[in-house]
Amino acid sequence: MQILQGKSTIDFMGKRKIALVLSIILLAASIGSLFMRGLNLGIDFTGGYLIEAGYTTDVDIGPVRDALAENGFADAMVQHFGTSKDILVRIAPREDVNKASLSDNILSVLQNASTDTVSMRRIEFVGPQVGEELREKGGLAMLVALGGILLYVSFRFQFKSAVGAILALVHDVIIVIGVFSITQMDFDLSVLAALLAVIGYSLNDTVVVLDRIRESFRNIRKRTPMEILNISINQTLARTLMTSLTTMLVLLALFIFGGEIIQGFAFALIIGVLIGTYSSIYIASSTLMAMNVHKQDFLVVAKEEVVDDRP
Amino acid sequence: MLNQYPLWKYIALIVAIILGTLYALPNLFGEDPAVQVSHRTQSLDKEGLLVIEQALNARSIPIKSSEIIDGRVLVRFNDESSQLQAVEALKESLDKQYLIALNLAPATPDWLRAVNAAPMYLGLDLRGGVHFLMEVDMVAAIKRLEEGMLSDMRSHLRKEKIRYRGITRDENGLHIRFRSFEDMEAALDTLEDQFREFLFISNEDELIIDAKLTENAIRDEKKSALQQNIITLRNRVNELGVAEPVIQQQGDSRIVVQLPGIQDTAGAKKILGATATLEFRLTEGTRADWEDAEKTGRVPLNAILHFERDGSPVLLKRRVIVTGDQIIDAASTIDQQKGVPAVSVRLNSKGAKKMGETTRENVKKPMAVVFIENKVESKQVGDEVIKKRTTIREVINVSTIQEQFSARFQITGLESQEARDLALLLRAGSLRAPVEIIEERTIGPSLGKDNIEQGFMSVMIGFCLVLVFMAIYYKSFGLIANIALTVNLVFIVAILSLLQATLTLPGIAGIVLTVGMAVDANVLIFERIREELRNGNSPQASIHAGYEKAFSTITDANITTLLAAIVLFSLGTGPVKGFAVTLSIGIITSMFTAIVGTRAVVNLIYGGRNVKKLSI
Repeated sequence: MQILQGKSTIDFMGKRKIALVLSIILLAASIGSLFMRGLNLGIDFTGGYLIEAGYTTDVDIGPVRDALAENGFADAMVQHFGTSKDILVRIAPREDVNKASLSDNILSVLQNASTDTVSMRRIEFVGPQVGEELREKGGLAMLVALGGILLYVSFRFQFKSAVGAILALVHDVIIVIGVFSITQMDFDLSVLAALLAVIGYSLNDTVVVLDRIRESFRNIRKRTPMEILNISINQTLARTLMTSLTTMLVLLALFIFGGEIIQGFAFALIIGVLIGTYSSIYIASSTLMAMNVHKQDFLVVAKEEVVDDRP
Repeated sequence: MLNQYPLWKYIALIVAIILGTLYALPNLFGEDPAVQVSHRTQSLDKEGLLVIEQALNARSIPIKSSEIIDGRVLVRFNDESSQLQAVEALKESLDKQYLIALNLAPATPDWLRAVNAAPMYLGLDLRGGVHFLMEVDMVAAIKRLEEGMLSDMRSHLRKEKIRYRGITRDENGLHIRFRSFEDMEAALDTLEDQFREFLFISNEDELIIDAKLTENAIRDEKKSALQQNIITLRNRVNELGVAEPVIQQQGDSRIVVQLPGIQDTAGAKKILGATATLEFRLTEGTRADWEDAEKTGRVPLNAILHFERDGSPVLLKRRVIVTGDQIIDAASTIDQQKGVPAVSVRLNSKGAKKMGETTRENVKKPMAVVFIENKVESKQVGDEVIKKRTTIREVINVSTIQEQFSARFQITGLESQEARDLALLLRAGSLRAPVEIIEERTIGPSLGKDNIEQGFMSVMIGFCLVLVFMAIYYKSFGLIANIALTVNLVFIVAILSLLQATLTLPGIAGIVLTVGMAVDANVLIFERIREELRNGNSPQASIHAGYEKAFSTITDANITTLLAAIVLFSLGTGPVKGFAVTLSIGIITSMFTAIVGTRAVVNLIYGGRNVKKLSI
């Protein structure tokens, strides 16, 4: 079966202005939301408590919340988690109580408030200093990953392509973070891990397209740069879509069947793969166009030999 | 001839696949419920094994198998109920020197164990358990060292007959004040000679010597405080009866403690962080003096004011007879005469000697037992994290010395749970410096089970979807890629098992992601082959060119993902590390299977033959 017969001649570059507008809207929305609403950082980064408790029958949130408020946990956030039998309680770091035992107190409050048997499913406690460290480490990891990839790309490709790849990467990362800001989904360590995987994936996709562009510039004569870019994108289109599709299939499997804990992670990757696919087609090559890419950019530079011109 | 592999390549590939399958196999056999028995002081041998087997046979509890591993006895059972019965039986029949822990032992057959094949090590989020990150309070450790040194200096100066006005301690170190310049000079000489850990600076105008610990001494103290705490925590974990615990140093002031499969996390937290210990002191003055001291606040110079649990005051002599460190064994029991909970303790020879002398000289006088607990908590104030230290010191018991004490005696005055905990803590040794739990991740057993089931399911579903999709889209070549993908999965599992790397839930996500991305290499190759075919090349030439041309692109694309994975690994907190590990392994194995593996099959089918049409 072949969906694309390899004969597709879609004029991608002709429509790059539309893509530019789309990207700008997405970026503006992302950055705007990041400034206005910020990220809903998980306890990994803020510090605090997270307690997941399981009941044997369906449980109402209201009475649970009341019971917690009565026992001095008025700031507790309670929600269902996955099923209506599981609840998740979140509490900000506190100053007054013994740290490690607070989660046990919560569990006993939950148990006392219910005739059901309440089982502990998960307790997470991140102290303020650990939260701060993870925040710093996480930011640093992003920068190091971007830096390392920048180095690799600039070593592997010539300047204009490297700029294109990096722009595509930054574009993808900002939009994925933006989606998390707009939806206010929990941004925790696993989402950060997914984001780093998105960096790898997005670049992977872009590199394949750039590789083909380089090859085409070297092999195809008598065509304008725009035509060559279009040809290259069309040639790699089948692969780009195929890989995105298979990756998307497994990510959907993970999102639907992998359980509640892994959902944020899967969601970040799904968004990342979607945006990454789009950006590998448009962002890197549009950047090349904007930078007036030429055949000369891709010629293999022959090393100048030292000529002995002494008489 | 195009598209033919030399024989050795096929052989190498087959060997790799056989090895991969062999080392992936243990994961199919599951686990046996088991009980692990070890001895506090000695490693167990065949005799120990016999004792344990007899104890179980006496209760007719069926044993599946038993063996000795590293001086510990591991007994396997057919089901969980006999495992639980066995624990009860062993606790009753063996003495307290034996440590008994529940365990899940891999049911790997002997022939696989013979080649060192073992199943993957499951992380806490898959098997359930507790992960603690503990910070050792180094300021307290240094304070403790300085306080110890302070009393040493006092007695040294006294021994050398050098007169001094006083020694005090604050956060800048120790300060020794003198009456005369001569005394100060003499003290400086002998102190510099005796206390090499300190740097002494004398102030001639004020007649003060300031003593500061040297950088080296501070570093050594921190190191040994950490090591000592790790040893103590390990002892405590053993007392709790946890199989396969992890207790590791992290950084220069932190300790990671992982306890798989533990149910009572609240109890574990209390025991691990506890610094409870005891002190024995003689009292000072009469009961009337004590009440007087509480009212007026005037405490005699050689005494300190403490309170009993009911709030009544006690004056204690400054000199400590014996501390908890000198207790080498302790057990909770019931006092025969009074019928109240008690802790029976045994002192080491130095402690016993001191206790013996003191009690002989003070028969019919009262002695107090002080229960001491240190707590440290950090809280955030603005941008700063401030540590709050509290020490609870209560007198749990004041009783009249009836006769000279031996090395063994009993203490009363505690609740029964307190007595049990204190006995455990005294046995395991005290922490050199207080620890604080700064991170906790606990997964209950039910969630662990859900995680592993859901993780497994999502891998299988994702895997099958990709298989179906590839077969439809690339026909014969798709099937070849599917073989490669399957082998790839086997390789990932085999390598994870071989490295005994920890498989976590994000690790499973990494495997899922690898499955999706592993076909990328094949997609690149197959699309290239299709393109070559469309350009009118012969099938053989197209296969050759497809593999050839796609190679550098595949390498480039995979290196970038690998880079991200390496950064992730170095960021490495627990679960995220698991993701990085499986992703990296998956990338490397997928390059091998997708390029070398599929090529081998393609060459075998099409190589050296006159092919008119490719099924691609």
